[in-house]
Amino acid sequence: MSAVADMAPSRGARAFGAVSGAVLPVLTVVLAIVAIWYAASVMMNRAWTLDQIQRQDLEMTTMEIVAATMTQERPVLPAPHQVFAEIWNTTVGEPVMRERRGEMQGNPRNLLFHAYHTLWPTLLGFLIGTFLGILLAVGIVHSRAMDMSVMPWAIASQTIPILAIAPIIVVVVSNLPALNNAVSAGIISEDTKLLVPKALISAYLSFFPVVVGMVAGLRSPRVMDLDLMRTWSASRGQTFWKLRLPASVPFLFTSLKVSIAAALVGTIVAELPTGARFGLGARLLTGSYYGQTIQIWSALFMAAICAAALVILLGVLEKFTLKRMGAQA
Amino acid sequence: MPPWTLPALGAALIALAMLTDARLALILAVWFGAWALNAVLANRVAVSGLRLIVPLIFGVTLLVLWELSVRLYDISFVILPAPSAIWARMVTETDILWADFRQTILKGALAGYILGCGGAFLAALAVDRSGFLQRGLLPVGNFIAALPIVGTAPIFVMWFGFGWQSKSAVVVAMVFFPMLVNCVQGLKASDAMQRDLMQTYAASYGQTLMKLRLPSALPFIFNGLKICTTLALIGAIVAEFFGSPTVGMGFRIKIEMGRLAMDMVWAEIAVAALAGSGFYGLVALVERRLTFWHPSQRRG
Repeated sequence: MSAVADMAPSRGARAFGAVSGAVLPVLTVVLAIVAIWYAASVMMNRAWTLDQIQRQDLEMTTMEIVAATMTQERPVLPAPHQVFAEIWNTTVGEPVMRERRGEMQGNPRNLLFHAYHTLWPTLLGFLIGTFLGILLAVGIVHSRAMDMSVMPWAIASQTIPILAIAPIIVVVVSNLPALNNAVSAGIISEDTKLLVPKALISAYLSFFPVVVGMVAGLRSPRVMDLDLMRTWSASRGQTFWKLRLPASVPFLFTSLKVSIAAALVGTIVAELPTGARFGLGARLLTGSYYGQTIQIWSALFMAAICAAALVILLGVLEKFTLKRMGAQA
Repeated sequence: MPPWTLPALGAALIALAMLTDARLALILAVWFGAWALNAVLANRVAVSGLRLIVPLIFGVTLLVLWELSVRLYDISFVILPAPSAIWARMVTETDILWADFRQTILKGALAGYILGCGGAFLAALAVDRSGFLQRGLLPVGNFIAALPIVGTAPIFVMWFGFGWQSKSAVVVAMVFFPMLVNCVQGLKASDAMQRDLMQTYAASYGQTLMKLRLPSALPFIFNGLKICTTLALIGAIVAEFFGSPTVGMGFRIKIEMGRLAMDMVWAEIAVAALAGSGFYGLVALVERRLTFWHPSQRRG
């Protein structure tokens, strides 16, 4: 790709070179994955179809059998188009709001409703995690004691399987007196209270990439640059705001993309053991209880779409910010 | 800022807390005392073993603070058991903990980890021979690595049953793409000059691979292996929530949560944390042995 880009004179031509260099291979790989998926769904669903044929004494051609494997209600592996039909039906085909007990509420049959219930805590947790992560990184860079004592434990904290502590966080948080007081005083609603534990769990997963990235970023200015700040007799604060922080921005965005994906995983996992009724994780769980494979896959794809959208959004933000800061593309 | 600012601030805070709540003052005193000790130790450069002592003091301080707050404030057992209670439970229930550890970590996570990482490595070797496939697989792999693959757990439990095999399958799905991306990037890491040099030696593909490209890929490969250790544990434990035999760490946590036996839940978490850190540490140790030449391994 770089060879093409170097030779191309104009910016448009360069962009075209980059696109045509990547799009064709990516499309090929995606098509291959879809083809393998179709083949696998025929193979895996065939047993049930053949069994049905035998029981009902039917005669079917091979083509009919293949077609039958893709129209089952609870296939072992649903075909891609079945999953997309389900996603279409549960997003566009269902009203977003419905009337219940005299007031308009979100419609739990709509997949967007569940995505909303997962995205909110994800974003909240991402913000908390990013804030804490940056704070920790600033401390680690400026204090040797903090670097030596906190960093190993930050790494260790990520080896604790998050699912294990999810139920505990839910129990502890829902019993916090401060939170309960806030609910009874009407400052936050009951729904918001349910959102807090999920957000905390996703914050737990998302703070770590930010710490690692920011520590690397804040340390990225070269010794020469730091010495220059010294010759200007800049204080620690000035060095931080004018040199370290701007230098860390590219690192920050790279780790933010990792951390928002982690935050989404955190929220989905948090919904599993906590008996959440709404959210993509809850959708997965009910799907697995009732053997609704198509529902599981559609929830899975919705989660993937959310993750992709969030990462792309951050990518756009990154491009914009770096451009404003005067970075060369 | 003069050097006595922080100690003075700490002392003032403790004094202030003393006026309102003696328990808070005690907790703050322990915290600042340990922190001061660490700050003094950390600034002494040449003491050997410092890299171990400072984090250890920090960890012990956290445990002491935990125990102190639980006892002083009479925190309910259901909300947060004291470390001593958790330790007591770990000692008495060693058999169950060991059985769960074997089922979840040794069978589910480890088998999946080896299969997934090994498979990804072989796939990377295959992909590596075609530039076209590389350009196609890297973005797709990066994309899939960012997806919440944990969600496939219910599907795999349906396909492979409640035993450890389904847990391994989830782990394979989780670790495959992060590992693949790292391996493919690693195999590209050697310089064009170095590869040209190998060509002037008339080295075969296998020789170039073994003597140049694999060694230069090792830092990337180990990066992938380290990321995958935590993913493997998460995958194995999450999958148990969708169905498991009556043994396993995820199963135990679910059951004991229902019985509000929080000390047992915390005991499982402690085992998981120890296993996770140990697993990670082991991979890091092997990395240090094999990639001693890499700048990131240099000891300052």
